[in-house]
Amino acid sequence: MIINHPLLGPRDSAEFVYLGDASLLNRPDPETASPKDWHDYGYLRDNPAGDLRELWFHEGGDRSMLVVTRNTLTHDITSVALARDVALKLGAAL
Amino acid sequence: MHDLKPITALGGTEPRIDTIGGVSLTEKPGIAFASVTARRGHEDACRAHLADVLEGPAPGPGKCRLHDPEAAFWMGPDQWMAGAPIDSHEDLAAQLKTRMGETASITEQTDAWVCFDLQGDRMEDVVELLCNINIRAMKTGDATRTSIHHLGCFVLRRDPANWVRILGPRASAGSLHHALLTAMKSAL
Repeated sequence: MIINHPLLGPRDSAEFVYLGDASLLNRPDPETASPKDWHDYGYLRDNPAGDLRELWFHEGGDRSMLVVTRNTLTHDITSVALARDVALKLGAAL
Repeated sequence: MHDLKPITALGGTEPRIDTIGGVSLTEKPGIAFASVTARRGHEDACRAHLADVLEGPAPGPGKCRLHDPEAAFWMGPDQWMAGAPIDSHEDLAAQLKTRMGETASITEQTDAWVCFDLQGDRMEDVVELLCNINIRAMKTGDATRTSIHHLGCFVLRRDPANWVRILGPRASAGSLHHALLTAMKSAL
């Protein structure tokens, strides 16, 4: 599987470490979150048969975190973005 | 009085040199390193400082700036590794910090890396056995991080183009040297 890194171009997925659902970027606000919010953030994930946004860490490359949209049925990758850009857009402190 | 003798990453008193089939592998102990990471909101100022030091633009993704005495390569977004001769720049991190101030976080890296120069006309045959980067597509001034022998290494293509510099984790210097030498014996 090839991941098209936004800065470095096509890279073998063996260079990356898989870090799970990209919803990890949406961490609840510690000032206001309830225990249920933390439970949902920590444990609940969708398991779609189709497009899934997920985090990949370029461990054998520039050490950036990427948000990769991958189809779980076909492994087609439709978009790749730097997680930093996605998080800054969300207003999260990363 | 103590009588301390400096040793290289491979444990010798002199840098190790191996030559196989016209390709040489040379341990390079004489380089000081410091990592430069722009602080948030100071990215442009940091880049300007770095350009000033390098007398040319700060390298972009996948590139290095080959320059004397200070050189640098891109490590990640707003992150670079700077290098310079240790004789004149043993305190490279402190020198850069004085110049860059609050625009960047700078960390001493000299003792974290081992540096090998691989040079010879069939250097590409060796590198393509070692890692999955497309060495034949890389030109002088290209730099990338890859895995060699399960170790995260930087590969810098230098001038002349039959020369690459490989930076790997110093604590695994012996393993990396073994991997490089084995690949040279296989390929050449």
